Amino acid sequence: MPETDQTREFPGAKAPDRTGSIDSSGLRLALNEWGDPEAPIIAMVHGGFDFSRTFDVFAPMIADAGWRVVAWDARGHGDSDHAHLYGWAADVRDHLAAIQSISREPIVLLGHSKGGGQLLDLLDGRPSLARAFVNLDGLPSQFSSPDVNDRERRRMRRADLASGLDRRRRRAELTRRPDTIEGLAERRQPMNPRLSREWLEYLVTVGARQDSDGWRWKIDPVLHLGGFGPWRPGWSLDHLAALEMPFLGVLSGVQDDPMGWKSRRGDIEPFLPPGGRLEFYDDIGHFLHIEQTRFIADLVLEFLGRLR
Amino acid sequence: MTRRTDFLLNGSLRLAVHTLAEGEGRPLLLLHGLGEESPHTRPAWTAAWTGPVLALDFTGHGESEVPVSGGYTPEGLMSDVDAVLASQGPVTIVGRGFGAWVGLLIAGARTSLVHGVVLFDGSGIQGGGPQPPTPYVNVLPASGAVTPDPYALLELSRDPRPPDYALDYVRFVLEDSEIENPIVVSARIRPDWLAAVASDIGVIELPLEQAVASFA
Repeated sequence: MPETDQTREFPGAKAPDRTGSIDSSGLRLALNEWGDPEAPIIAMVHGGFDFSRTFDVFAPMIADAGWRVVAWDARGHGDSDHAHLYGWAADVRDHLAAIQSISREPIVLLGHSKGGGQLLDLLDGRPSLARAFVNLDGLPSQFSSPDVNDRERRRMRRADLASGLDRRRRRAELTRRPDTIEGLAERRQPMNPRLSREWLEYLVTVGARQDSDGWRWKIDPVLHLGGFGPWRPGWSLDHLAALEMPFLGVLSGVQDDPMGWKSRRGDIEPFLPPGGRLEFYDDIGHFLHIEQTRFIADLVLEFLGRLR
Repeated sequence: MTRRTDFLLNGSLRLAVHTLAEGEGRPLLLLHGLGEESPHTRPAWTAAWTGPVLALDFTGHGESEVPVSGGYTPEGLMSDVDAVLASQGPVTIVGRGFGAWVGLLIAGARTSLVHGVVLFDGSGIQGGGPQPPTPYVNVLPASGAVTPDPYALLELSRDPRPPDYALDYVRFVLEDSEIENPIVVSARIRPDWLAAVASDIGVIELPLEQAVASFA
């Protein structure tokens, strides 16, 4: 491995101004911050299989507008500890631990994808945590499940079960496959087909570690996409309807993006909280804040401008 | 006999597996209820079983280790039972309460290794109901090695159990099983998920002792 093959530049990407950690009942979660430490706080929660450094371009734009941006890696992701057990509820609780460690006053919360869905759960039970909530394509709906019949759905569930158990059986010897920076970026591309190779290679250098035999994603190898148990996308809408803080939801309308829940405007609008705002873009993919960073940052800042 | 305890590794955590009775042939594996631990002696209702009688302490229970910062789900604890299956080969399962729910799940996930499952009353049989319960999120202090782990009690009493989800596992079992009645309901308390399971045409109901004997 050439010694120079360690860094990549990406226009606008900025490493965090400060790093630290949070304790969630003994589990260490890695924390990153951008911007003035005295500025009002916006906490950002990443999606599944992502990590907080995926905000490396978006967060500095928000910070430059006068916000202190705080983001943490979910358990098993990024630089946070790997856990023995994982689950949706545990992630939600980790978010609570993180938010309470950052501020005892209500702050602005922003979640992308799974992170946005988990904040819906949290804020239904703990509405006083947030003075406003921005949800970036993290609004699952009962209408957005893939159109598969019962037999196919059961086959998929069964295959998911078997692979999850097999992975846990082999947990002690599981490791992520090593590769070059270019190789890891190429392997991630199918999950992020609308994002540039330049960005994905940058992500490798902040989301993977360099071992003697190559680069490996830091994410716990026992984790896999899916595996939510009986969780139903539609349950999230109950939480959405119960919110009472200022709310901005942003939906991607790109239907062939492999990630995301594919909710449509009409799926979500009936459940918007009073005064809630929903934007729908059929030309921006699931990773809205990465694909159209300036545009989404301006949208969020315009929404937050009313709070200042 | 005085129970003998062996330990298995599930990842980096030790699981306690107790032998309550020796014997030849397929083991009977007992799964305890939520917050409980394995019995210290062989229950009388296992009298018809001539093979070994084993009992597993779930993660965070009894003599098994406690993970850092919870994260308990029934699906996650299926891997506890799967570790026993990897070590012992095929077993018949009797699950009490929460153990009945996990017993059904693992029977559906490892159809070739679970030769019949009996679902019986006990702590944690309700779960969180068919829909998510009232939103409630709380952070508990780190509990160390104390069992039952408070996070297990909190998280495993709130997991949603939609009846149609339970029936998926019933279908997995029935589609693969070589025995006529691989799922037997002995529980008298019937939360929605268990009422749905019991009413499936491929599931039978028997008193616990007879249910165990039917697989012996």
